[in-house]
Amino acid sequence: MSISVKVMKRPEAGRTSYMRATLRGMSLTLRHLVRPRSVTLEYPEEQPDLHPRWRGTHRMEVHADGRPKCVACGLCPTVCPANCIRLVGGEDDQGNRYPIVYEIDEFRCIFCGMCQEVCPVEAIHVGQHFENAEYTRDRFVYDLDRLMEQDHPVTDLWDPSDPRSE
Amino acid sequence: MGEMQELTTFWFVTIAAIKVVAVFTVLMVVVAYMTLAERRVSAFIQDRLGPNRVGPFGLLQPIADGIKNIIKEETMPGTAAKFYFVLGPALAIMPAVVTIAVIPFAAPLPTPVGTVDMVVADVPIGVLYILALSSLAVYGVVLSGWASNNKYAFLGGLRASAQMISYEVALGLSLIAVLLLVGNVTLTEAVWRQQQLGLWFVFPLSLAFIFFLISALAETNRLPFDMPEAESELITGYHTEYSAMKFSMFFIAEYAHVVTASALLATLFLGGWDIPFWTGDDIFRHESGWIRGFDEAGAPIPATPSVLITLLTLAAFSVKTGFFLLLYIWIRWTLPRFRYDQVMHLGWKVLLPSSLGYIMLIAGTMLVLDQLGIPFGILYGGVLTVVSGITTLAFLFFVDRDRVIAGAHRRRVARSPAADADALGLDC
Repeated sequence: MSISVKVMKRPEAGRTSYMRATLRGMSLTLRHLVRPRSVTLEYPEEQPDLHPRWRGTHRMEVHADGRPKCVACGLCPTVCPANCIRLVGGEDDQGNRYPIVYEIDEFRCIFCGMCQEVCPVEAIHVGQHFENAEYTRDRFVYDLDRLMEQDHPVTDLWDPSDPRSE
Repeated sequence: MGEMQELTTFWFVTIAAIKVVAVFTVLMVVVAYMTLAERRVSAFIQDRLGPNRVGPFGLLQPIADGIKNIIKEETMPGTAAKFYFVLGPALAIMPAVVTIAVIPFAAPLPTPVGTVDMVVADVPIGVLYILALSSLAVYGVVLSGWASNNKYAFLGGLRASAQMISYEVALGLSLIAVLLLVGNVTLTEAVWRQQQLGLWFVFPLSLAFIFFLISALAETNRLPFDMPEAESELITGYHTEYSAMKFSMFFIAEYAHVVTASALLATLFLGGWDIPFWTGDDIFRHESGWIRGFDEAGAPIPATPSVLITLLTLAAFSVKTGFFLLLYIWIRWTLPRFRYDQVMHLGWKVLLPSSLGYIMLIAGTMLVLDQLGIPFGILYGGVLTVVSGITTLAFLFFVDRDRVIAGAHRRRVARSPAADADALGLDC
């Protein structure tokens, strides 16, 4: 199977009218000049519509009493392909496991969303949020408190019965 | 009514100084906003928005650019010829700025101390002054290209000199047709003669207008002819090595050239400050005073300068100049760049002989009209319009469709093996 090559149809020599081509070009640009079809999103003022499955900044869900939902099972650092989650688990006197240290390096993260998919208690999520610029590099490592502070909407997981999120 | 009240020397000097400052300021402001207009218009043409962050609609952008350029670091290439490297931008900007001085921008303004011509310097050699100074502009470009000690800058400077000198010829020759009709080289008289003819010179001299427009594009190094800059081939040509305000000065020079060329086009071909379809604004300095025209017997009709008419004509001049400024931008963002040999071909082999022939034609037509005793008026202009119109159509028809200038596909056909064999008479 050969590669399909698009051959431009060009008029024969001596049949191209440069004057007409020039005038047509000028009228085309004039049409755009008087009626610009602006596709620009003026970003800081206008916000883009994020898709429900947009995967952005992480967020840790919390219980009503303010404790993180995380049970420190260790699945997310295991599944993380970028190895950006650091988890040190602990156990309280009732035998409940909880994270002592839970850090996500947003620089290393590739926003694949596998941590959210693998989480058995729906604690860690990726969210519909992308404005996480900082002045220093160490600010990009989000600790547990910071992850719990996030309040943006979380990403919808892919639903096999509704594959196009309709 | 109509008699002249001459300015005393004191007032003449004072008012001249005021006019210099005012015109220079307006020119610089227009140049600054041309840079903004260029970016905004190009953005609209390409369905973008352009700079709209600094101030309402981005109107303070030129100020921000200016501040940025002033506080940026001036770099000096180690191997550059320092004196000429610094001299280059100054030489580039100077002719661009002083050319505007001879262009009349409004009808004379009456003041308590006498009537003031609305032109910085109504020198009797107006057009010659413009031609002389616009040829000087090439020195700035060539010097800075050479002094940079950079191959690209040098090539840009070389191209600039070749192009600007070539099109200087076509520019001058297309002006000759205008000068034939004006009968003088002052620009105030060019405006006056267009008012007398009842027709702007763009109609009776349509082909000269086209030649002048093309040559003016080439002279100002604007896009279909921006050989000296040629970003894709020469980085930015002669100002590759320049930074900060020196770089900015080349830009100011380019836009000042554009403004001057637009004002000149408006003056020579669109009646200058003349308001169309109204003879009330016609005014000219005649031996006997300000006159509006001549009656049937040839006696001058006096005219009175008025402030209102000055303002109206200033507005008319601004609109006409603005139209050409927009046209410059519009052309730049529509047409691709010529190949270098095409530029030379167009200048020397098309524009030069055609404009020479056109001068002969116009001079011949004028001779016949004068011999027939037709007065300089609408009939005179009408005949010239018809003659010029036919010539223009014939010229465009002749130039078009690969007859004179061909695109690359023409060569490709000629170079095909079959065609080569055909040309050599081989059997294959």
